[in-house]
Formats: sequence, structure tokens, C-alpha cells
Amino acid sequence: MSEPVETDVVIVGAGPIGLFAVFELGLLDLKAHLVDILDRPGGQCTELYPEKPIYDIPGLPIVTGQQLVDRLMDQIRPFGAAFHFGEMASGLTRQDDGRWKLKTDAGTEIVAHVVVIAAGAGSFVPKRPPVPGIEPYEGKSVHYSVRKMEAFRGKDVLIAGGGDSALDWTLNLAPIAKSLTLVHHRDGFRAAQHSVNQMRELVAEKKIQFHVASVKALHGEGGHLKSVTLQGHDKREWQHPVDHFLPFFGLTIKLGPIAEFGLNLHENLIQVDTARFESETPGIFGIGDIITYPGKLKLILSGFHEAALMAQAAFHICRPNEKLRFQYTTSSSNLQKKLGVS
Amino acid sequence: MKIIAKDRNGKETEIEGRDGWTIMEMLRDAGLPITAECGGACACATCHVYIDDGWYERLPKPSDGEVDMLDMALAVQPNSRLSCQITCSQELDGIKVTLAPE
Repeated sequence: MSEPVETDVVIVGAGPIGLFAVFELGLLDLKAHLVDILDRPGGQCTELYPEKPIYDIPGLPIVTGQQLVDRLMDQIRPFGAAFHFGEMASGLTRQDDGRWKLKTDAGTEIVAHVVVIAAGAGSFVPKRPPVPGIEPYEGKSVHYSVRKMEAFRGKDVLIAGGGDSALDWTLNLAPIAKSLTLVHHRDGFRAAQHSVNQMRELVAEKKIQFHVASVKALHGEGGHLKSVTLQGHDKREWQHPVDHFLPFFGLTIKLGPIAEFGLNLHENLIQVDTARFESETPGIFGIGDIITYPGKLKLILSGFHEAALMAQAAFHICRPNEKLRFQYTTSSSNLQKKLGVS
Repeated sequence: MKIIAKDRNGKETEIEGRDGWTIMEMLRDAGLPITAECGGACACATCHVYIDDGWYERLPKPSDGEVDMLDMALAVQPNSRLSCQITCSQELDGIKVTLAPE
């Protein structure tokens, strides 16, 4: 394992609030690392509504989720934050020297004076189909992503869903699998039209099967599937032999390992004080949708304010022997230098 | 207008619907366990409901965007809708909805 990286502040979540926290920390010369389970910045803004207009960002009468994130990335560029994308913050421990060590599921270790949880509603994770008893099969016979295509060579593969992931993997695995069956709740797809056309050609050539159906039950033992029960729209049920089942219903948000960080959670939210935005655990701060306090509003603009106050408090932990002088970006040549504009 | 909402345990609740607001907002206000992750942007399929007792046919047809987004919902049935895409009005007085499984 590589050596832990050391920094001033580690931020869990690279949504709009985590990004703006980089700015507020950067003005105070505090360096940040960000960890996010998604493969790009923006959190819900880019994952859920990249094209949807937002109307309540001060000074931007209309901006889409993607545009806001692009602008925030521009705004924080001078501060050179390090991003760890595609990694989930999985563990948090306090070291003997008082600093925190955050571990990710990819094995990254980040040591910092301050931890900022800006995780929104939690981690984006694949949606689990409501099929009873699916958990023991996950990772062995039920997969929410494809790591190695070879694992499916010569197997009976079942794919469920109607989006791009479902169609792309149908096309990619069809030549490798012994048999491939796609099921979807309707004979129509949100996936790209050319993928749908290719899929229909494979069906016409009898190379794969497609059914308007859903998976009702799983049959197997020791985590290894043997068959599933499919149900058509007419409620008719039948058995279908399956080695591997790949459901692709997109992502949903679950709180995830943050629940095990030892923080005092109230209905899955971190309680903070509104002067510092620090949790009941000194050194661990919270900003954005993940926190609660009297009067809390889940608005992006509220998160920006929370990030500013958090940064002031974090400074005193990271630089206990330095004096914090409040400055404005409009007038401070020192700040303008950091921003690269003077 | 009234909304008759059934939760995932089969418990029925009568909710007052406000004209111009969406069914999703009313369910959430009433404290029913509806996720509605994206806040009503037709972008997540986590406000999925079944429309019961013939009310499905009486609703305006879902948009293409909603039909596409239902592809990301779980346990979709012919009477599935996204509750953030249905606006309360007097014509819908007495509408029956059931929360879909998550």
C-alpha cells in the first residue's frame, strides 16, 4: 500500500458545496483533498439534473446544474485541490497526533487536521431491484457493474433495464455469453436509438432473447444462481436458467459508511453548531445537505455560507499559532495573488 | 382535493392536495416515505407510484421524458407514474396512489 497523503483538510463529497469549500479554504491558504464516489465533480447537480435550470443561485438568474459545477471548477482552479474520484470514503480514525486518517474503498489514505463531510444525501450506489433474497447473490451472481467481461464467457446471462448501461452490456456480452436475455418492463427504451436497433437485430437473428418482463424471484444456492422466475405483463410466470444477473436501474443515494464514522447522527443528518459548522466531534465539520441545525434549508446557497464559516473555524485547527486576518477579495492584493488575478 | 395514498405496508392515508402542487410534494409533506431524490426534476425515478382504481386512464398522458425515466424505476407496472409529474387539481379529487417498492 502507498504512503498516506498529508493535507490540511479532506472533504468528503465533490458536489457544489464541497467544491466551494475548496475556495473558502484556499483563500486562507488551506489545502484540500476531495473524495467522491462518482467519477466527476458535481454530485447531484451533474448526476441527477445536469440540464435542469436552477433559479436561486445569487447573481445567476438561471444556470444549469452542469454549468454551475463548471463555473465552480473554474473558480477553485487556482487552489489546486486534489480529487479522488470513483472512491468511497470508507473509514475514519483519529491518529495519536490528533489528526484524522480517512480511508477509501480504493485503499487511498489521507491524513488531515480537519475532515469536512459535504456528502449531500450520501453516496450514489446502484439501485437494487426489489427481488426478495437478492443480497447473498450480490458479487457472485448478481452484478451492478461489469469489471471483467471474461467472467461471463460461456455463461447464461440475464440483463434487466432499458437505459444505456443495459443496452451497452447486452451488445458487449452477447458474443461472449452462452446465452443472453434482456428483460425490460416495456418494449421501448430510453437508451440510444442505435444501440436499440443493434439489439433488435440480434434478437431477429436469434442470437439473444428479449422479453417484456421483470424478475420476480431468484433460485440457487451458496450465492450462485441457477434460474430466475420471470413475470410478463400478462402476469404469466416462467423459469429461466441464469448463471449471472445484471440489473441496470441507475443510481440512488444511500448514506453509506458515513453512518459508521462515529458521528452523532439525527435521522441520518449530522448535527452541527451554526457558528463553526462543526459536528459534536471536534475536527469533523459538516456542510450542505448532510447537516441539520435549527432553521436549516437544503439550498445550495445555504451550503456556500456554511462552507465560508467552516473554513474560518478550520483555519484555527490547521494553523493554531497563526492569526486569521479577515480580508475581502475586492481589496486584498494578497487574496488576489492567490486567485492569480494580480 | 383529496389524495388517497397507500404506503408500502398497505396503510391508507388521506392527504389534502393543493392545486398546482405535485402529488410528490403532497406525499412528502404528509411525511410518507417517498425519496424524490432529485426534488421533482423528473431525473431520478424515486417518486414512483402506482395509480389505482382506474385513475391512471383519467390522468394526462406521461411525457416522453417521464416514460424514459420510468426505465430507471424498479417494479414498473402498466399503471406506474412518477408522482412529481402529476399536478394536483380539482379533477383529480379522490385520486388513489400506492407507493412503489424501493
